[in-house]
Amino acid sequence: MDENQQPRKQLREKTLFATRFLYWLFIVYNVKFLSRQKMSGKSPSSYEIEEPMYKIVSAQFLAENIKKIEIEAPRIAKKRKAGQFVMIRVGQTGERIPLTIAGSDTEKGTISIIVQGMGKSTRELNRKEAGDAINDIVGPLGAPSHIENFGTAISIGGGVGAAIAYPTAVALKEAGNYVITINGARSKELVILEEEMKAVSDEAYITTDDGSYGFHGFVTQKLQQLIDSGKQIDYVLAIGPIPMMKAIAEVTRPYNIPTVVSLNPIMVDGTGMCGGCRVTVNNEIKFACVDGPEFDAHQVDFKNLIDRNKIYLPEEKQSAEAFVHKCNLQKQL
Amino acid sequence: MEQQSITTKERLAIPRQIMPAQEPEGRNKNFKEVNLGYTPELAQQEALRCIQCKDPACIKGCPVNIKIDQFIKMIADGNFLGAAKKIKEDNVLPAVCGRVCPQEDQCEKLCILTKKRESVAIGNLERFAADYERETGNIELPVVQASTGKKVAIIGSGPAGLSCANDLAQLGHAVTVFEALHELGGVLMYGIPEFRLPKAIVQTEIDGMKKLGIIFVPNAVAGRSITVDELLQEEGFDAVFIGVGAGLPWFMGIPGENLVGVYSANEFLTRVNLMKSYDFPENDTPIFNCQGKNVAVFGGGNTAMDAVRTAKRLGAEHAYIVYRRSEAEMPARKEEVHHAREEGIEFLMLMNPLEFVGNDQQWLTGAKCLKMELGEPDDSGRRRPVPIKDSEFILPIDMAVISIGNGSNPLIKQTTPDIDVSKRDTIVVDMNTMATSKENVYAGGDIVTGGATVILAMGAGRTAAAAIHEKLMNTTAN
Repeated sequence: MDENQQPRKQLREKTLFATRFLYWLFIVYNVKFLSRQKMSGKSPSSYEIEEPMYKIVSAQFLAENIKKIEIEAPRIAKKRKAGQFVMIRVGQTGERIPLTIAGSDTEKGTISIIVQGMGKSTRELNRKEAGDAINDIVGPLGAPSHIENFGTAISIGGGVGAAIAYPTAVALKEAGNYVITINGARSKELVILEEEMKAVSDEAYITTDDGSYGFHGFVTQKLQQLIDSGKQIDYVLAIGPIPMMKAIAEVTRPYNIPTVVSLNPIMVDGTGMCGGCRVTVNNEIKFACVDGPEFDAHQVDFKNLIDRNKIYLPEEKQSAEAFVHKCNLQKQL
Repeated sequence: MEQQSITTKERLAIPRQIMPAQEPEGRNKNFKEVNLGYTPELAQQEALRCIQCKDPACIKGCPVNIKIDQFIKMIADGNFLGAAKKIKEDNVLPAVCGRVCPQEDQCEKLCILTKKRESVAIGNLERFAADYERETGNIELPVVQASTGKKVAIIGSGPAGLSCANDLAQLGHAVTVFEALHELGGVLMYGIPEFRLPKAIVQTEIDGMKKLGIIFVPNAVAGRSITVDELLQEEGFDAVFIGVGAGLPWFMGIPGENLVGVYSANEFLTRVNLMKSYDFPENDTPIFNCQGKNVAVFGGGNTAMDAVRTAKRLGAEHAYIVYRRSEAEMPARKEEVHHAREEGIEFLMLMNPLEFVGNDQQWLTGAKCLKMELGEPDDSGRRRPVPIKDSEFILPIDMAVISIGNGSNPLIKQTTPDIDVSKRDTIVVDMNTMATSKENVYAGGDIVTGGATVILAMGAGRTAAAAIHEKLMNTTAN
């Protein structure tokens, strides 16, 4: 009996081993199969997660709703010149928005942007803190500001436009100009970059619409005052809301003072591929992303720019409201 | 289905198998793919129509010379994976080319069957083999040669760049691809709509290339973020291939083109395809609300067809193609025109736009057009359209898309002045090697030819890859 059972036991053991082996094979195969299924069933959004993210190194509010954000972008930091911009996509389903580069630190490999929360994307960006990341940043784009020693140059920034006027003021100073800066805001709390502007200016002025700080009035009034004082002015750069830039163009036109404005049309790619940012300058079509963003203020068709920027107003409102609603819900939780 | 048992007569008796497709009435409201692809049965049946002629002319009609007779025989024999492998010996993107190549002007045009009947559906079979391989999870990585220690930079991740990158990586070179946009694939992602080329297919192909060791760098604009000289001198690349595509969209130069509601085809398609604005507000990028509106697309090429069919899907009441010649002269593929017509696109032929008109807020309200008739043939042999006197009228439209082609993006030219360009700003190359006037810099695709096809760009990428390989390996020997 015993002798008979011995081979049986061996057989049983062998069968057990074979069963286990098959079971193990089955598991391995299934795991492989499932993981492959998962891979081939990838949605476009899960694909994007693998793409590099760009880290925010620091972020702080300069005024209510206006934030300075420093982003890791070594290639851009190395190459950027005054007047150039980047395209940013905050999240995976985000739109591409153009933002002018406010400054850079080549050693740290970072660039700074100054953002005012207006629509959904800028508000979303303004909620980012140091340590967060954004999906995409590309640049530097656009033609750099034309810088030379003009003589006396005035750099005018309206509202968050000061963020763009500042780096150009720095470049104008470095080129040997006598630099005058006019930094305009609605009220004292909204004035940004006051110290920085002062540091690069031979004369620095602040204007506020409500008179709560500096000169009581608009930047155009201050500019007119300077012209009326008989000062020789060789160059004016104005950056801010479109109505402000349009008004500046009308102030300098009678005196033939060369005047440049930085335009902010709606963009998609920012590299010249789509033509969405086209503006009318001297009755010609120009692409702000490659031909600009800076143009001769006396030749820009501002009405066309204002009208073209209105195309998505209902959609922009819808997105912004939904975003604010979502944020409020999150706060309540 | 035994291949041996079938006679040529029997083969010739099989009709061309029709590509199954979504019904026109439903599909003109969704962005899913129109063509559904052959089933294995349909594919085998179609493959049997190929009479396996001794000297297959079809191969000569293919810009990358796919071994068409061989892969079709494999499909007929039921060896679908073998067929896919065979195609991939010559074409890295068969699932893409099977969908977007103009086969009727290339391989299928030269098929011997066309003398008396319809050609073998080579494109449909190519698509089937590639889809079968992908959908059954059987994509095999090609063999990569031992590392050569050479570095090559590819600028642009469109068809030219991808095919060049793929060949060079397989030959053992370290390849980095720079892409200006945030997504990889170039025109395959931003230009060709989802309903003609699902983006997931492009992404599978690119994922495969990542596994070959190719490094992809998105958000890098040549001429701005990086220059050709920096790549060669500072970043240690031994050669550079420029495949940046056609750049700036052309406008017609007529009054009113800056009115609100006038788009270039590039912008319209980029918003919808790349930025997924058809899925607003889930995606943040908006597009003109076409619901119940009248939309006109100006142009007669494939891009115009893509744009007008997209507008219809976005809800346009009337979606027109406005073209100054007659339908016979339209450069778009027959299949695209046919699909468009089925979907309810209205074709306004022999019509020349003179001016866009708008309201006080500068919103587009119409296009002033002039009716034309065909006159004597011009230099290109096409009958020249001549205006019919006093035939001006206003076509009421809310949105216009200009689709008359692209010029070259000037960024490379501006930042790399030692690369010779033509009068049209395209890069001049030796067509045998795709070498530019600058040492170790090659170029191919639309930046060389002006607007052309995916497959021609891929062919150029391959030619360049072979030349770059030879150059780099000879340099080593010396």
